Amino acid sequence: MASTEAFQALAARAAEKFGDAIVETTERLGELTLVLHREQLLRACRILRDDKDFGFEQLIDVCGVDYSAFGEESAQGPKPGPRYAAVYHLLSLRHNRRLRLKVFLDDEMPMVESVVGIWNSANWFEREAFDLFGIVFEGHPDLRRILTDYGFIGHPFRKDFPVSGHVEMRYDPEKQRVVYQPVSIEPRVLVPRVIRDKGFARG
Amino acid sequence: MAEIRNYTMNFGPQHPAAHGVLRLVLEVDGEVIQRADPHIGLLHRATEKLAETKPFNQSIGYMDRLDYCSMMCNEHAYVLAIEKLLGIAPPLRAQYIRVMFDEITRILNHLLWLGTHALDIGAMTVFLYAFREREDLFDCYEAVSGARMHATYYRPGGVYRDLPDSMPQYSTAQGYGKGELARRNANRDGSLLDFIWDFTERFPTYLDEYETLLTDNRIWKQRTVGIGVVSPERALQLGFTGPMLRGSGFEWDLRKKQPYEVYDKMDFDIPVGVNGDCYDRYLVRMEEFRQSNRIIRQCVEWLRKNPGPVMIGDHKIVPPSREEMKDDMESLIHHFKLFTEGYCVPEGETYAAIEHPKGEFGVYLVSDGANKPYRLKIRSTGFVHLSALDEMVRGHMIADMVAVIGTQDIVFGDVDR
Repeated sequence: MASTEAFQALAARAAEKFGDAIVETTERLGELTLVLHREQLLRACRILRDDKDFGFEQLIDVCGVDYSAFGEESAQGPKPGPRYAAVYHLLSLRHNRRLRLKVFLDDEMPMVESVVGIWNSANWFEREAFDLFGIVFEGHPDLRRILTDYGFIGHPFRKDFPVSGHVEMRYDPEKQRVVYQPVSIEPRVLVPRVIRDKGFARG
Repeated sequence: MAEIRNYTMNFGPQHPAAHGVLRLVLEVDGEVIQRADPHIGLLHRATEKLAETKPFNQSIGYMDRLDYCSMMCNEHAYVLAIEKLLGIAPPLRAQYIRVMFDEITRILNHLLWLGTHALDIGAMTVFLYAFREREDLFDCYEAVSGARMHATYYRPGGVYRDLPDSMPQYSTAQGYGKGELARRNANRDGSLLDFIWDFTERFPTYLDEYETLLTDNRIWKQRTVGIGVVSPERALQLGFTGPMLRGSGFEWDLRKKQPYEVYDKMDFDIPVGVNGDCYDRYLVRMEEFRQSNRIIRQCVEWLRKNPGPVMIGDHKIVPPSREEMKDDMESLIHHFKLFTEGYCVPEGETYAAIEHPKGEFGVYLVSDGANKPYRLKIRSTGFVHLSALDEMVRGHMIADMVAVIGTQDIVFGDVDR
């Protein structure tokens, strides 16, 4: 595992190479996160892969996050800020290091450039984020839905999409085929979501 | 002359060689595949969304059901992520137990892979042998957790309970005669550790049996050598991890490179392939069997000598024992709080990865300080490997595609989540 010094050196190197693309650098729990400007993502990624000092040859994961309900139960209420983010996890085999990149996207039309051209493994990850969150990856060669059903409507992992969904499916003996109908189950919460302050009940 | 056009063929989703519910739309020219378009999601259960609606501990059971061939390894990554955010570490004995069961799980997973991979290519016998050994390992799972597959054994802060002192035995009620009963119970007189030790003594000879059947088998080689070749550069680009990456010649194993738990105290080697074809990946996994066996033996030796707690003592996270709960007010409150509300995890985000039998299995966990995850992303190995299927099968025959699916070790619980 990389040490704090190694991370500081890495962050300094990143600031030197593409400092104008970086919004924020945080290091927590032994992980380094760079928040990047949306427009500069591709340039930064290309440097991160090709520059010998970075050498992030592998893209391990891409995922979307919907921050719209973040901290809703806390005393301060929901955290203001952009709704969507795309999170990238990179791995360098050469330096044995990990790096997390994050870009925040527009609330109305979440859109970011695709990194498929830089790391081919992004292909299905970006399709998944598009399917589940509706994040559009510009320049993706084949941006189709991947996990949901053919003809599915909506983006199920957004916070405003109910867990039980909108439609259910059953076999209709009269029509002799499978039909969709509005869900009949009532959504219910067994354990309410709570946020306790730091040191709650610790005395 | 008649115009020759490519033919589009549907494969699956109900096909035994698809290893689950894989639907492939193949564009074939004669019998040569020009393009493969996997359609996945038929087993999508939205595990990540469900986890957002439940307290942290209640989702551990869902992890078993992701890759249902390597149950405890999935739990491990999830539990590690929670522990990282909470800032706790399990006791040493629990770490050894986790490592031991991770390796048992690796053998379980590879046995299933070996059996089905060989079966797909036409070797029936290995499948039967592999399932015989899996039965013994499932007994270990059952002895320790009560469930043969979906164990829910790892918990944040340790493991659910200590290893049992006795193994469950076969009885006459199951219809066995005296001689058969004695034979079946022969290695079950001692503790679980004795049983596992006995298994590790026998297992290398079983491996030799498999290898006699396959490694130099002419048909096996004709079906796997030079099939699905992935160059080292492409393996990196396609995001390969685990045996798929090692088969292409990278000496990369998270157990060695970014050790978690007590892997840094273990003595084992990383097997590496040369050509990056199905045969090399087969050899890599066969050697991993032997290395896992070695690690298990080291763990058993340590666990025999070092009794101790297997859970941390912080009752804000870990429930107190039933006995304490009955006569201590404080423990009763802890118990009530934990089972009605769970524990809150500090705000933050983390990515925890482990060397899963199939490759890197990671859990990206975002918490906003609540008693439920805010966002859980499971980075499953099968998903990434299957996305490379198109590239791996292009120009191969349809029968070779079955070999490639086998070598990728695809499990749909893992791909679809």
